[in-house]
Amino acid sequence: MNDMTPSREQRIANLKGMGASRKRVEDVRFTQGKGNYVDDIKLPGMLFGDFVRSPYAHARVKSINTEAAMALPGVIAVLTAADLAPLNLHWMPTLAGDKQMVLADGKVLFQGQEVAFVVATDRYIAADATELVDVEYEELPVVVDPFKALEPEAPVLREDLEGSAEGAHGPRRHHNHIFLWEAGEKEATEQAIDASEVVAEEMVYYHRTHPCPLETCGTVASMDKVNGKLTVYGTFQAPHVVRTVASLLSGIEEHNIRVVSPDIGGGFGNKVGVYPGYVCAIVASIVTGKPVKWIEDRMENLSATAFARDYWMKGRISATKEGRITGLHCHVTADHGAFDACADPTKFPAGFFHICTGSYDIPVAYVGVDGVYTNKAPGGVAYRCSFRVTEAAYFIERMIEVLAIELGMDAAELRRINFICKDQFPYQSALGWEYDSGDYHTAWDKALEAVGYKELRAEQAQRIEDFKAGRTRKLLGIGLTHFTEIVGAGPVKNCDILGMGMFDSCEIRIHPTGSAIARLGTISQGQGHATTFAQIIASETGLPADSITIEEGDTDTAPYGLGTYGSRSTPVAGAATALCGRKIRAKAQMIAAYLLEVHDGDLEWDVDRFVVKGAPERFKTMKEIAYAAYNQAIPGLEPGLEAVSYYDPPNMTYPFGAYIAVMEIDVDTGEHEVRQFYALDDCGTRINPMVIEGQVHGGATEGYAIAMGQEIAYDEIGNVKTGTLMDFFLPTAWETPHYTTDHTETPSPHHPIGAKGVGESPNVGSVPAFSNAVHDAFRAFGLRHSHMPHDHWRIWKIARDLGLHG
Amino acid sequence: MIPSSFEYHRPSDLAAAIGLLAEHGDEARVIAGGHSLIPLMKMRMAGATHLVDLQGLGDLKRITVSADGISIGAMVTQAELIAHEGLAAAVPLLREAALQIADPQVRNLGTVGGNVANGDPGNDMPGLMQCLGATFTLEGPDGSRDVAAREFYHGAYVTARADDEILTHIRFAPPAGGYAYEKQKRKIGDYATAAAAVLLTRNGGTVASASVAMTNLSDVPVWSQAAGEALAGSDCGDEAVRSAVTAMLADIDPQQDNRGPVEFKRHVAGVMLARAISRAWSRA
Ligand SMILES: Cc1cc2nc3c(=O)[nH]c(=O)nc-3n(C[C@H](O)[C@H](O)[C@H](O)COP(=O)(O)OP(=O)(O)OC[C@H]3O[C@@H](n4cnc5c(N)ncnc54)[C@H](O)[C@@H]3O)c2cc1C
Repeated sequence: MNDMTPSREQRIANLKGMGASRKRVEDVRFTQGKGNYVDDIKLPGMLFGDFVRSPYAHARVKSINTEAAMALPGVIAVLTAADLAPLNLHWMPTLAGDKQMVLADGKVLFQGQEVAFVVATDRYIAADATELVDVEYEELPVVVDPFKALEPEAPVLREDLEGSAEGAHGPRRHHNHIFLWEAGEKEATEQAIDASEVVAEEMVYYHRTHPCPLETCGTVASMDKVNGKLTVYGTFQAPHVVRTVASLLSGIEEHNIRVVSPDIGGGFGNKVGVYPGYVCAIVASIVTGKPVKWIEDRMENLSATAFARDYWMKGRISATKEGRITGLHCHVTADHGAFDACADPTKFPAGFFHICTGSYDIPVAYVGVDGVYTNKAPGGVAYRCSFRVTEAAYFIERMIEVLAIELGMDAAELRRINFICKDQFPYQSALGWEYDSGDYHTAWDKALEAVGYKELRAEQAQRIEDFKAGRTRKLLGIGLTHFTEIVGAGPVKNCDILGMGMFDSCEIRIHPTGSAIARLGTISQGQGHATTFAQIIASETGLPADSITIEEGDTDTAPYGLGTYGSRSTPVAGAATALCGRKIRAKAQMIAAYLLEVHDGDLEWDVDRFVVKGAPERFKTMKEIAYAAYNQAIPGLEPGLEAVSYYDPPNMTYPFGAYIAVMEIDVDTGEHEVRQFYALDDCGTRINPMVIEGQVHGGATEGYAIAMGQEIAYDEIGNVKTGTLMDFFLPTAWETPHYTTDHTETPSPHHPIGAKGVGESPNVGSVPAFSNAVHDAFRAFGLRHSHMPHDHWRIWKIARDLGLHG
Repeated sequence: MIPSSFEYHRPSDLAAAIGLLAEHGDEARVIAGGHSLIPLMKMRMAGATHLVDLQGLGDLKRITVSADGISIGAMVTQAELIAHEGLAAAVPLLREAALQIADPQVRNLGTVGGNVANGDPGNDMPGLMQCLGATFTLEGPDGSRDVAAREFYHGAYVTARADDEILTHIRFAPPAGGYAYEKQKRKIGDYATAAAAVLLTRNGGTVASASVAMTNLSDVPVWSQAAGEALAGSDCGDEAVRSAVTAMLADIDPQQDNRGPVEFKRHVAGVMLARAISRAWSRA
């Protein structure tokens, strides 16, 4: 070694491996407008599809006349349910075990439902032609309220299911009932609560909202009739599953279908499901032999594909006088819309809602979820969350606040005395989960200290005095949240989507010159996989992250995987990646041993090389080993250096965090200002702190929107009232609060690199933090609970109802 | 979100533009910045088979500021209006209000003429122009005429302008005294939940004159003469502000929408007006 030899620290830095704040490699093209999204795909002879949609929320379709539309020059076809029926494609299976109309079959069940699909030579002609399709409707009574939907006299929404007492998830007790799903011990819970000294009850509504990714859903389907191959480009968060479903539905053999997810402009759960647009584009391409593009516009996206939440959560929580929680009971009325198209693991029709005991050591609990049909759009997707975890976190974090009021206790203290303790992990929750690791007390103390909690409470007390004395019209709210997520679905033994186990995969090929390509079964939609997965491989194989290409989304080349949602990429595919890197390293060790003429066991790994133990000057770098793999005949070893790993996680991972929002509220106008937002995340091992920070900023901004104004609202006859971005709240830079991020690091004991996933934590954790801040501001004046979103008039109404307007 | 097809015209003088409107009758429509019209066309709520673009009419882009009058061409963009120092000095109310309209991108294209001609009760400029007592100049096949801003608005999207007339200029006398524009909105780029424009002149400790206009609280902008009269001659104290608010509330007629119910809007209208009065008074 000489002065030119890089130090160990330099070699580590050169790798830009795990722990490095490596800049996102994707951003070079995104920030220059050089991304390649579905709508950028232009194939020769491509046709365009557009939907005729229902103006009514519930109506019988008496007739559809397509003559005038067909007569418009440039129109190639107008598909209706009657055209799809012979192919048995007028209905399609949903991910939740239900079925959904592809095109209206006799009736429509929500406003915006797909009625006919026009195919034309250009987008403008297709749009014009949709206006020429003459549909005769007969209006039917509309049900938008899930409680009314379950009344005995409620209109029958799903006539196709009439008389079937058994659904995909057990018995149905009413014609608009989908399932009752339960966890925990009902009777024991009721007994424990009834016997408790203090009981708090509340109905907590998590309103209907929408993921609203910047890029809407879309596809280009291209059937090559000569070679029998179907290629489908689309905004798919799970391309392999789409391929399997397409094969099962169409009868085309799976090897003849190639599904490609190009760059995706945000998914947040909106792009997990299968939509009528995909089916129609594929059928249209098969029929015409030409590529067919279908791209949603913003109004279609907001009103027809994949809403989120809409959970009415009735809770009872009990405690001792000192505040030790003794039981938690929850009944959810879940509004699923017209078809049960939730995107959950098959055996979990209410997702992982039963993580709703949160961060607390609750001895006994029960959850029952009733799924209900209404005349609203189908969906119920996991909007930046792992299958109803957001609803669960909001529920428990509101119940804790309500209990604190009941007890007359400080809500921070109530949390502290009920946290699961560090030494209780792995922790068995009352609702059946095994929490892998956590250190809640440390995180909580750090968070309270960071925001100056004591001083904030003192300031608040002064503010209340000033308000009462008429010196101010502004109140101060301190919103606390300690959330625990459950992500990384999931173990194949109980997690699947349409029968496909929820493992994931990675394949790595090392090139002779020491660079590499890795392919995964996941697909980035903005998460930065090309950046972070290369860092995992860099740390595992000793090749610089900058020399590693990450490729996802093409089912012809990527190994099978279940895709990206539910914060599963790092917990599942990230584990596959690390293990795959270790396979590479194991073979590299044998090659190094051959080259150095020592036994395998005489070598030790050092950052980017194998070194002979006790002889540090004798080593082979990974780069040298890669070359040798391709140019040396090594006895007993195949040439080449590549590996593939499929990872079936033994358990979920349980990221957690402590979020605190401080808010000023104008009592007279209902306006607010977020003065401070502090987010402490513990996602286990941190792969790229800068990417984590970016994820937290983005997710917290979504959470802010949801808590403070974003909703999909319907009027009583089922019209969508929030179908454009004028009324559907997406914060701009102006409204977005400033965030302070922080962390603790409690690795997952069962994950190869200890990482837990962070993409969704900020959405899960920030909604209750913002909402609790609003509630906290009014606590001194007697507010217990008020439903989100906390837009101006709803906050104003809180103040008015409390008599604060004089 | 795709408009139906239309013919596009870009005349280079006013006469040609008026000629096109006359020729195509109610199939023709003027387009200025397009930031109210194009969204409606994309949603197919407004159809126009002939769009007559006014961007080629240089004469309509002029701002003149003098002691005896201010004139703003219809094609002046909201961004240009904000940037004009002479105008900001003479009528600071305009800049204060224009900065609360939409966002920078919209303001770069959206014009003052389009904003006042549009007739959408959500637009901020109409109430402002009523507050200023402005006059709109309309040019049509039969020549030109002036209409007072306070007489221009008849209902949502219904104005005194005939289909074949083009609004060319807005004129008003430079206001004296204090001013304020208070607008509550849900986010950047939103129309007002309630907005109040106030101009006040002071005579020692009393209000000499007052002009009050409200936005998005009726199907037309509301110039509340009674609210102005309630302030005039008063000391602008709590009592006077309360009676101005009461007078204003009698003149507005808000409708429930996603911003909230009527009761809320009426309350917020009162808050906006009270705040605008107090700020204008402090500047008078
Ligand atoms: C996201 C968004 C937010 C917005 N927020 C606000 C807001 O907060 N406050 C606000 O006031 N506005 C708002 N607007 C509207 C914006 O200010 C428009 O630019 C303005 O209303 C219309 O001006 P324009 O030049 O774009 O007119 P156009 O859209 O071109 O025309 C509007 C109408 O006026 C007619 N017209 C235009 N010019 C003339 C003329 N010279 N003579 C006769 N008729 C004419 C047109 O035929 C059309 O009917 C918003 C718009 C958007 C897209």
